[in-house]
Amino acid sequence: MNTIPKDLKYTKSHEWIRFIDETTVEIGITDFAQHALGDIVFVNLPQEGDSVAIMDVLADVESVKAVSDIYSPVAGTVIEINAELLDAPELLNKEPYEAWIVRIKDVEEIEETLDSEVYEKLTAEEA
Amino acid sequence: MQLIFEKSRPGRGSGILPESDIPQALDLNEFGKTSSAFGEIPVELRRKTKLNLPEVAETDLLRHYTQLAKRTYGINDGFYPLGSCTMKYNPRIDEEIAGLSGFSKIHPLQPKHTVEGCLEVLSLAEKYLCEITGMDHMTFQPSAGAHGEFTGLLLIKAYHQKRKDDKRRKIIIPDSAHGTNPASAAMAGFEVVNLSSTKEGLVDIEKLKEIAGEDTAGLMLTNPNTLGLFDRNIAQITKIVHDAGGLTYYDGANLNAIMGIIRPGDMGFDVVHLNLHKTFSTPHGGGGPGSGPVGCKDFLAGFLPEAPEGIGKVKAFYGNFLVVVRALAYILTLGREGIPEAAQSAVLSANYLKKKLSDMYEATSAEPAMHEFVLSLADLKKQCGVSALDMAKAILDNGFYPPTMYFPMIIPEALMIEPTETESRETLDHVADVFKTLYHQALENPESLRHSPAKTPVGRLDEVGAARNPKLIYRPQSDGENRPGIEEEAVTSR
Amino acid sequence: MGSYIPSTIAERKSMLEFLGKTSMHELFNHIPAELFLSRPLDLPFGLSELEVRKKLEDLADQNGIFKTIFRGAGAYNHYIPSSVKYISAKEEFVTAYTPYQAEISQGLLQSIFEYQTMICALTGMDISNASVYDGATAAAEAVLMCQDRGRNQVRVSAAINPETLKVVKTYCQAAGMTVVMIPLKGGVTDTEALASSIDDHTAAVLVQQPNYLGLIEDCERIGEIAHAASAKYIMSCYPVALALLKTPFECGADIATGEGQPLGIPLSFGGPYLGYMACRAALLRRLPGRIVGETTDVHGERAFVLTLQAREQHIRREKATSSICSNQALCALTASIYLGALGPSGLISVAEQCHAKATYAAEQISAVAGFELAFSGPFFNEFVTSCPIPAEELMDQLEKKGILGGYPITSGVDQIALGSSPKSSDFPVKLAKANDPSVNLSTAPNSLSKLPENAILWCVTEVNTKAEIDQLVKIIKEVTGRCN
Repeated sequence: MNTIPKDLKYTKSHEWIRFIDETTVEIGITDFAQHALGDIVFVNLPQEGDSVAIMDVLADVESVKAVSDIYSPVAGTVIEINAELLDAPELLNKEPYEAWIVRIKDVEEIEETLDSEVYEKLTAEEA
Repeated sequence: MQLIFEKSRPGRGSGILPESDIPQALDLNEFGKTSSAFGEIPVELRRKTKLNLPEVAETDLLRHYTQLAKRTYGINDGFYPLGSCTMKYNPRIDEEIAGLSGFSKIHPLQPKHTVEGCLEVLSLAEKYLCEITGMDHMTFQPSAGAHGEFTGLLLIKAYHQKRKDDKRRKIIIPDSAHGTNPASAAMAGFEVVNLSSTKEGLVDIEKLKEIAGEDTAGLMLTNPNTLGLFDRNIAQITKIVHDAGGLTYYDGANLNAIMGIIRPGDMGFDVVHLNLHKTFSTPHGGGGPGSGPVGCKDFLAGFLPEAPEGIGKVKAFYGNFLVVVRALAYILTLGREGIPEAAQSAVLSANYLKKKLSDMYEATSAEPAMHEFVLSLADLKKQCGVSALDMAKAILDNGFYPPTMYFPMIIPEALMIEPTETESRETLDHVADVFKTLYHQALENPESLRHSPAKTPVGRLDEVGAARNPKLIYRPQSDGENRPGIEEEAVTSR
Repeated sequence: MGSYIPSTIAERKSMLEFLGKTSMHELFNHIPAELFLSRPLDLPFGLSELEVRKKLEDLADQNGIFKTIFRGAGAYNHYIPSSVKYISAKEEFVTAYTPYQAEISQGLLQSIFEYQTMICALTGMDISNASVYDGATAAAEAVLMCQDRGRNQVRVSAAINPETLKVVKTYCQAAGMTVVMIPLKGGVTDTEALASSIDDHTAAVLVQQPNYLGLIEDCERIGEIAHAASAKYIMSCYPVALALLKTPFECGADIATGEGQPLGIPLSFGGPYLGYMACRAALLRRLPGRIVGETTDVHGERAFVLTLQAREQHIRREKATSSICSNQALCALTASIYLGALGPSGLISVAEQCHAKATYAAEQISAVAGFELAFSGPFFNEFVTSCPIPAEELMDQLEKKGILGGYPITSGVDQIALGSSPKSSDFPVKLAKANDPSVNLSTAPNSLSKLPENAILWCVTEVNTKAEIDQLVKIIKEVTGRCN
């Protein structure tokens, strides 16, 4: 398993959050999540300009036999989607912490996040 | 094996049509030149792309499809215990009847007095199926189960709309339901409320009481449910929904367990769909055509697709008529005594096989089984790593079709077995032996199962590759470059 | 009486004993007694195979089989080669389930892959699904594919088959979409009216080619208008005609659908038929239904598999684009055998003969007094004429000679009411009005394009001979001459 980057924040539902600046974030899924999902074959992305609230379905990812929602840990506006994932969804498997899914600006609210150590403990329990 | 396109040779074919006896046909080949002032197809409306269909001789064609048939497993090849699919024997007489020219050569827009026989088929089928389900009316337009669900839910929607009860926007569906249920509800414009099951796999009455209310449009349920269990509280369940002002929908996928014995109408259901291609023995055709007639109680008759103020048509003409013909032949053959007998025998087969397997495989419920049962291989997987998928693939090497896998979704490593009434005791005994042997093999040599199947025309497939780089049509190497590639449009998630 | 249960009574008894039960009823003991049907089913006793055959043959004999058919209007009488009937009856294809276990379903999967390829060859589109229920539901599913944020309206040509229109309306109403009709001019879709009314709420434009009145639409122009408004463009096409006509791809369509019955599927009183759906690659994720893809097996051999299943209801549940599950696999197989049997030159020949014979018939019929061609535009194999006497009178006379005449499209009286049980006397023959195509044509303002009194929609295919057409014209002359 990849090590869990220390500079990111995590959610209990296995998303990671990277702060680009104080009100702009990148969101992706963790190594634990991609492992549980298996080979990802498609990512369904929101549209740029969409406003999202905490726990809104932000995107979904498909494996061959399952589809899983990715929930938004923040409230804000989608400014960019990672269109590369449309052609190469396997990036989520290969480089989970590089393959960001969306960038969200004007982040007003953020759900309770975990730091890397707490998250590591959580995944150890779930595994 | 080769694709038919790879067998194509320029100029091959068989003489099927005579030369046209209309002289103008010759002129029409030369674009725009015709003696006729009207009816001419101007060159700018004509096709420019070459028509890339295969050119094969009749022997090529026959041999190609015979080869394909040999690589296809049908009901006459052997046991086909796909849970929830009711793969029973498809009587040959029913096929022959459907092929009678008095049915197959009838244009759907013929004058009424020339289609009295067809109308009688539909009228008899309606009468008998209403009797079997306890409904008052039936439409045959829906072509399959999911199509029936969509139709039935529109009846429920129309009922509430007519009463101006507009807040009823929610359909309650148990988490064990077939995936079509929530998808059809969404298609009909409803919101889906998930109802979790009790640990026995039945409807959680207390939860249902909490959920059912002023916004409830209805409840969709199959009984026996997808675990093969009969919900004994069914009368109470339908009453709770009715008391809350909602209607009740019966998914007929599992009617084979109770036909002629217990009727959905008597359990308190208002709308029913049937799968003639399951319960009434019409063939599945490799995925269709099926037929999913929808029955309803009298008070909903005015909303049927055929009614002047109804929900509108859901299919052109009258539905999959020839499938209804087959089902009628089946019902006439079994009759009043044969229909409950078939249901009883189906339940007997399932319980017999379930008991034979019970010393090794974990049944998912202590409740008595109906026509099917679900095994969970979760423990086996923990012990030796062999999954339900591995077991299914190993079954392929033993010459029969595996059970339904990974359904219902609420059971981990599920294998869902529906033997049906048309299997003999020897078959069930043999199947039980195979399951036992594989169980031991899984514990002793798990790798061997993970590498199965070995005896099938192809081995396990790269499904991830198929989904990541979809190749959905044949393209000869040479012209591949001229065609647009697969470019996804950014599809939004909502 | 007939039974398909192999085990004997004695065997069933021993199986019950194995379960510790003494009777079949005990298998149902856990179910509350009040739920059981307390009487035998009110059905006849079971019949032997011989008796079933006789009873159903008698019913089939009550139907009138027409030796000669000049009626289409959505169901077409084409020649079906023997090889098509023979191959499509192979029991492996007929009795197989959906090919979920790919390793023992390669034949079926390959046949669907070949079908998808042939549909793309006909339509010019990039991808096709494994088929849907029929042409009408294919059009409706296509419309739903186009629903988008802020685009909730579909513009439908008033010259679409009324059956298709009805189904589209039902599906749209369920999905909260509005259907707006595009009026006609000279029997074809009025492109100027469309261009001036289309707006940014329009999700899609739906036309039929050739249209319900038999005329060939200027589909390229309609596509330009749709795309100028950023709407999707759906063409519902008669597949045989596509051998001659500009393909949906060439016309700029985003989605091509249609009724595949003309491709080797018998008339069958309206079903089972075949809905084909093909589209541009960009719409792949929105295309409903099953799709077969090529892949490799563990040995690296080419193999086929159901793919992109995560789009479908059994995984996506309420988030799926459609609940469709079954396709019409056996009908799709039939269509591909038909296309394989005829090949490109054979299909072009079918199309050319349909057109040539229809042209001849139109010339001959319109030469009879009172039978004028309603529209002057080019047609494929159907055309509308007037009739100087009530159309039914003419049809009755033709029927006496074993001819099913053209479809009277102003009356709609031949549509039959179904779905009412004998118990429901309050539910009488009811489709007549609702199925009157002229009702649909007139729902759009100024759309009638002067449909004549007693209009008849004639259809001619390759099976109709010159002698049959000449006989038809002779009877028409006799009947109308006598009435005059």
